[in-house]
Amino acid sequence: MYAIETNKLSRIYKIKKTRKKPASTLVALNNVDLTVGQGELFGLLGPNGAGKTTLIKILTTILGPSSGTAKVDGLDVEKEAAELRKRINMVSGGETSGYGLLTVRENLWMFTQFYGIPSNQAYPRIDELIKLVGLEEKADTKCSDLSTGLRQKMNIIRGFMTDPQVLFLDEPTLGLDVTAARDIRQFVRGWVDENKSRTLLLTTHYMVEAEELCDRVAIIDKGRVLAVDTPEALKATIKDRSIYTIVVNRLDEDDFASLKSIEGISSGSCKQTETGCRMELAFEEDGVINKLMNFLSERGSSIQTLHKREPSLEDVFIKLVGRSLSDAEKQNGN
Amino acid sequence: MAEQVIFDKKPGAWRTFCVSTWLGWQIESNWTDLFVFLIYSIVWPLSRAAILVVMYLVIRGADFSNPEFVNMYLGNALFGLIGNVVNSVAGGIIEEREHYRTLKYLYVAPIHIPTYLVGRGVAAMAGGLLSLVTTVAFAAVFLHMPINFGQINWLLLIPAMLFGFIALVSIGLFLAGWALTIKNNPWVLGQSFSSLFFFVSGAVFPLSVVFGNWEWPGYIFPVGFWLVLTRRAIVPGVGHSFQMYTQLSDLQLLGLLALYSVVFLGIATLTFRMFDRKAREEGMIDMVSNY
Repeated sequence: MYAIETNKLSRIYKIKKTRKKPASTLVALNNVDLTVGQGELFGLLGPNGAGKTTLIKILTTILGPSSGTAKVDGLDVEKEAAELRKRINMVSGGETSGYGLLTVRENLWMFTQFYGIPSNQAYPRIDELIKLVGLEEKADTKCSDLSTGLRQKMNIIRGFMTDPQVLFLDEPTLGLDVTAARDIRQFVRGWVDENKSRTLLLTTHYMVEAEELCDRVAIIDKGRVLAVDTPEALKATIKDRSIYTIVVNRLDEDDFASLKSIEGISSGSCKQTETGCRMELAFEEDGVINKLMNFLSERGSSIQTLHKREPSLEDVFIKLVGRSLSDAEKQNGN
Repeated sequence: MAEQVIFDKKPGAWRTFCVSTWLGWQIESNWTDLFVFLIYSIVWPLSRAAILVVMYLVIRGADFSNPEFVNMYLGNALFGLIGNVVNSVAGGIIEEREHYRTLKYLYVAPIHIPTYLVGRGVAAMAGGLLSLVTTVAFAAVFLHMPINFGQINWLLLIPAMLFGFIALVSIGLFLAGWALTIKNNPWVLGQSFSSLFFFVSGAVFPLSVVFGNWEWPGYIFPVGFWLVLTRRAIVPGVGHSFQMYTQLSDLQLLGLLALYSVVFLGIATLTFRMFDRKAREEGMIDMVSNY
């Protein structure tokens, strides 16, 4: 039995007409077939608006699918939702949820009661987890007095505290500083390593997070799952390519579009900076670099720095989607 | 790493109810700030009563023992309770969704949401009762109204309060479901209905004053039965002089209130389920409304 299984799962939002726009539909998920094994730390990687959160909402029973089916821990998310809710939990990042007038410990205790955890078991567990994420000093502080990072740590505890069979983390490090994000990543990895029967589905648009944490990753864009594999296997799909980070003094978007048509350049993305244009390019062979230099000199542009590097998930994403994650987010309106 | 804990993950309705009542009381009472609590629970209801007192004083003089005024005063004080309970249930769900941002976590948890909201309603009722007792005590002590705590008909008051609470929570539950599916200003729903009850329940004036000789608007909602019955229980005799449902005995009114409460609870439970399904289908459990 899979921990998570979706079959041709789709979700279409109907957008009502306004004075300015006619009625339309938005396909958030499009025939998603996905299986996640028990004990896996599975990542959903994609830009904002790709459909990651929609998928989590359906799997956690707070949103109905338009078509298709989904099962979590063997239970249908629509027909067996009440039973399923005893076995799952969820934490969303990038928000400040919680009752500001309650302390951290009170907030957490309250949610343990909603899962039927007796108080004599709940308090030691809360204290243990509070200590583990480094919130001891804030345990009796009112939630309204916590910073975003500390509040997110509290919410992470809320998710893990009920010992769910399947835990959903939606962008758990969104908006956090580097230290807080690292602490949370360490905690998440540690939990999965020590609880082999538990499954964790994590959405992120941070490539590093997916590479560092996940056993397997699904790359998702515009509601479709484009690839599913381990980070290593995904990167291996482009190992025959040479990946370069190249900074040129100037190159506009039209020129970059022409550049991509150079024979031997398989994919690429470009980001304008104050000093020029920073490109991530994948070459089928290193010799393409000469063609690139000719192309640039014809346009009066020159290379400032050139760096060959190992393929990353970002490169896999660019290969699959044809644009970088940040470009995809811009296109999705984020 | 935390040791794995074995627990049943079946919170049960009672535990959900108790915890939500506790949370509701934390929110209602705001004990952290005594000043705010006093303003909200005592000064505000007393001020509301004072407006009525001053208006009456100007128009009719200082005869505060007049049965007509006693009924007006009590109805006004009781009306605060209606607003408290209906708003806390109907507005509570939106507060959870958009202020505390916890509604989706409550929905993911294995709890019965209507039971959770009833708990919030109980806390609001408790807060409202405190205001009610203060306002009534103020009238007895300072305005010398014929309110004698020893003469209160408790056998009538207690079931009236119980069924009244069920009726108010049911109305709140219906509105909570409805509010969940509204994209613009769902907050106003509870407030609007509370205001509506001011007219159709005889809170201050009998329905005959508002609607001529018609009493039928008072039969749409059970709130009017509750207000009349509660007046009769708190000030026997004086309460009976209020010109509404005069043809009905205390027992008949209590029977009607009980019947309406049960029917309203059934309707509210069904409609909440319907709205809840719509909200899930349309992705509104964690949305932020336009306000």
